[in-house]
Amino acid sequence: MRRVEHVWGTVIGIDLADAGHEETLDAVYAWFRRVDDVFSTWRDDSEINRITRGELSIEDASPEVPIVLALCDEMRDASGGAFDATYGARAEVEPRPGLAPFDPSAVVKGWAVESAAQMLLDAGARRFCINAGGDVVVRSGSRSQPAWRVGIRHPWEHDKLAAVVHLADGAVATSGRYERGDHVIDARTGLPPTGLASVTVVGPDLSIADAYATAAFAMGRDGMEWLAHQAGIDAMGITDDRVVVTTAGFDRYRAA
Amino acid sequence: MNRTRLAAVIIATLGVLALLASFHTTPGTTTRAAGASGRVGVTPAAGAAPPQSTTPPATASPGSQPPSSAPGTAQRTVDGDTVSTQYGDVQVRIVVSGSRIVDVQALTLPSDRSRSVRISDYAGPELRQEALQAQSANIDTVSGATYTSDGYAQSLQSALDRAGLKA
Repeated sequence: MRRVEHVWGTVIGIDLADAGHEETLDAVYAWFRRVDDVFSTWRDDSEINRITRGELSIEDASPEVPIVLALCDEMRDASGGAFDATYGARAEVEPRPGLAPFDPSAVVKGWAVESAAQMLLDAGARRFCINAGGDVVVRSGSRSQPAWRVGIRHPWEHDKLAAVVHLADGAVATSGRYERGDHVIDARTGLPPTGLASVTVVGPDLSIADAYATAAFAMGRDGMEWLAHQAGIDAMGITDDRVVVTTAGFDRYRAA
Repeated sequence: MNRTRLAAVIIATLGVLALLASFHTTPGTTTRAAGASGRVGVTPAAGAAPPQSTTPPATASPGSQPPSSAPGTAQRTVDGDTVSTQYGDVQVRIVVSGSRIVDVQALTLPSDRSRSVRISDYAGPELRQEALQAQSANIDTVSGATYTSDGYAQSLQSALDRAGLKA
């Protein structure tokens, strides 16, 4: 069965090989909407914005809030500061529309989709693919089942693929300039990063893969070197001058 | 060729802001402007645009001195603001040729450079290079396809997913 819904300002599609999980899918999409209620920086009444304004204490917030705050800290450290959910609150940063003082969005999406995958597993689903706005989590159920074939979008030829990743269990996240325009800013220059047209990270967990892809993209060309240092993930970058750069382990995901 | 070459001035300890637009919210299906500007802080694409890029960003980012986007081949330099970080002041200069950044130079760096030195001195990350080629293949889903207008998004994403980019 398959379902697609519009959540978080993007599209989340779920392909489920197992039958009889309509209610599970209902619950998963309810979860996505609940995550939006709590963490959307675009809604004045979201818990995260109320916390930022001092109207809600973390103690009184939903139990997911401290989890995400801890994830933000973790990602900030793991990325050597490339992630900073509190960037918008810095004194030298001028407020502007869309720039929230506290913006955990970069980790919330991956975390929420991983949680949804766990919901599906807990409900007995074995083989599924969740695509949340181009970030993907797959489970294959068993080794006898074929791996999922995840196309990596070509940065400039929108009807083409740059690569195909074969993945049985894990996550694929791609950050690129084409996603929503230049939505990533290099705080060092105040400009969009340059050098990389897109970065794809493959790993066991979407919250990591998504955050790393975004951080590496923000770093520009040097992001690939940074990714080459990171344990547990592999990556492919496409440079502005049309060169594909991959970490050594990426080949094992490539289509034969 | 306009090889975009970034000098090794990356200071990983700096806050490289990653603004994901993921959580703009519209309960139901109302959508915000589909263009890039107006969503999240969008800055002029100083040479960032790929060949077939669409949506030239429109609004200036505070703290930057965006170079003019006028086409041309003459190189010019644009200095960024000096930015105070917990590691010290940072100021960079970009060298722009036409609409591309061809170099990034550090004018001021924090005195504690241990992390950046470690990274820029890193001798050989095992990275492989190849030319980009477009593929078509039988696939289950697509990574990197994010759209924002709901009708367009739902239709296109599902079509892409289902038909292997034949949409």
